[in-house]
Amino acid sequence: MASPMRIRAKTTDGVTEVKALMSHPMETGMRKDADGKPIPAHYITEVTATHNDKLVLHAYWGPAVSQNPFLNFRFKGGAAGDTVTIKWVDNQGESQSEQTALT
Amino acid sequence: MKMKNGLFAALAWVTLAALNVPAAAVAQDAGDDIFAQYREMFGDDNPAELIELQGEDLWSQTRGPKKASLEQCDLGLGPGKLDGAYARLPRYFADTKRVMDLETRLIHCMVTLQGFAEKDLVAKPFSGRGDQPSDLEALSAFIAGRSRGTPIEVSQAHAQERAAYERGKAFFFYRAGPHDFSCATCHSQSGKRIRLQALPNLTEAADARKAYATWPGYRISEGTVRTMEWRMGDCARQQRLPELQFGSDIAIGLITYLGVMANGEPMNAPGLKR
Amino acid sequence: MHRTVTWSLLGAALCCTSMLVVAAEKPDPLGDVAASFKARGQAGMDRLERNPMQQACSQPTSAEPPVDEANEIRSGAQKRVRPPSNGQYLGDWKAGETIAQTGKGMQYSDDPAEPNGDNCYACHQMASSEIAYGTLGPSLAQYGKLRGNSNAILEYTWSRLWDSHIYNVCSHMPRFGDAGILTEQQLKDVMAYLFDPASPVNQ
Repeated sequence: MASPMRIRAKTTDGVTEVKALMSHPMETGMRKDADGKPIPAHYITEVTATHNDKLVLHAYWGPAVSQNPFLNFRFKGGAAGDTVTIKWVDNQGESQSEQTALT
Repeated sequence: MKMKNGLFAALAWVTLAALNVPAAAVAQDAGDDIFAQYREMFGDDNPAELIELQGEDLWSQTRGPKKASLEQCDLGLGPGKLDGAYARLPRYFADTKRVMDLETRLIHCMVTLQGFAEKDLVAKPFSGRGDQPSDLEALSAFIAGRSRGTPIEVSQAHAQERAAYERGKAFFFYRAGPHDFSCATCHSQSGKRIRLQALPNLTEAADARKAYATWPGYRISEGTVRTMEWRMGDCARQQRLPELQFGSDIAIGLITYLGVMANGEPMNAPGLKR
Repeated sequence: MHRTVTWSLLGAALCCTSMLVVAAEKPDPLGDVAASFKARGQAGMDRLERNPMQQACSQPTSAEPPVDEANEIRSGAQKRVRPPSNGQYLGDWKAGETIAQTGKGMQYSDDPAEPNGDNCYACHQMASSEIAYGTLGPSLAQYGKLRGNSNAILEYTWSRLWDSHIYNVCSHMPRFGDAGILTEQQLKDVMAYLFDPASPVNQ
């Protein structure tokens, strides 16, 4: 995936909120192109998020998630300057990982 | 599994419809309530927030043949003054001697400050459905976000600003094309909807204010941020007209008319749309 | 004293003449509409040219055009109605349903080789099983069931579809026959969707 994942992580009163906008076609595999040929399935299957190398989110996704997924989650803890890393893997073996500093 | 009220209500309505409950029972709710609840479920989860960050990067990045950033771009309040600038556009600019909206002003800055060629910038100003936002879309999201809470104040002080308003208003009612559609065909009555999409009555302040204040917006059906110039062009397409040109007199006239109709409303963009 | 009066009179005359000239040439606020557009796909620049009805109905107020103009628009529209060539008003309701549900047709993004839809559901309620309907136009639920299918009602409905301006001079409804949006067969299919007792509209 050429386009970067955009992540924003903000800590307020001991709770960190993470918002991420991913770039992915999330093709279900059910659609057909103009010539009637099926468009191959291409979607994110697994998402992991770590805070300073500690796992805080592990999700299994599938074709029901829309194109360019928007992820929002919270976890307890975190302080300004810590790192949050989000990684996804898709059914075609592609992956992307991006990190951001907490504000 | 505990379902949110909105989902339950939606399922209930679908079931009622299948049982042939009189239309009136379904009519009013189907349009507004379901989507109001859907929006509530989103809370402040607007993907546009992250696209604003993209725009912020573009604003300060050194780019183009002149290797300059956009930080000296004057959007009407002085070079680099962003807070509240979007709420005062479109407006007359003395340096170009014409009324410009945000998008044409950004193109102007990208040409004069950064040395980009105008024809390249306007060839494809908007991204395709599901693509990453274009530079213009990301910048528009960022700059509109810097007017959050600022009351809309589209000026009518200059003669050209008044002319733009009159042009936009006259075109708003211009019935043409094989379907005889004008903007007014869909946007001049209150409480109506097209399929399940509520239609703001843009000839009256109440709806006009809420509608204008939430553009640009993240459009879920498009998978990206869409701007006012895009909205004008896409309406014209659906009106079965030829292609409305980006930054044209009619496009800027319409945006001026709609902006003036919304004067006073605090900006609340980028919004979230279906 | 004379000279002053003469000059004042001359000045006044010039002033008034120029004011008259200005008043007569008050510019149209629209300016050159075509300069803001470009032909694309099947949407040519001719689409910006307005016929008398479109011009008369482009007013900001909802007031109708003057009586004479309105009557001319209505009678002209009535004269242009073309009844079905074989006298049969009703086609296939299943095809009519597809047409009623289809919103595409005549946009520059549409393929001109594809049949146009008439997008009834954008504005009208029709079959009660379809909840995704608009409210810009009146409900057409149970249309045929409530009205029967006398020749008079068939003729009236056909002419409504053909050109709604016959009945409502500044109607918002497109002229599906007069503007060539639907073919004769498509109009018959939509008529069947409205009138056929088996059609979902009449359930």
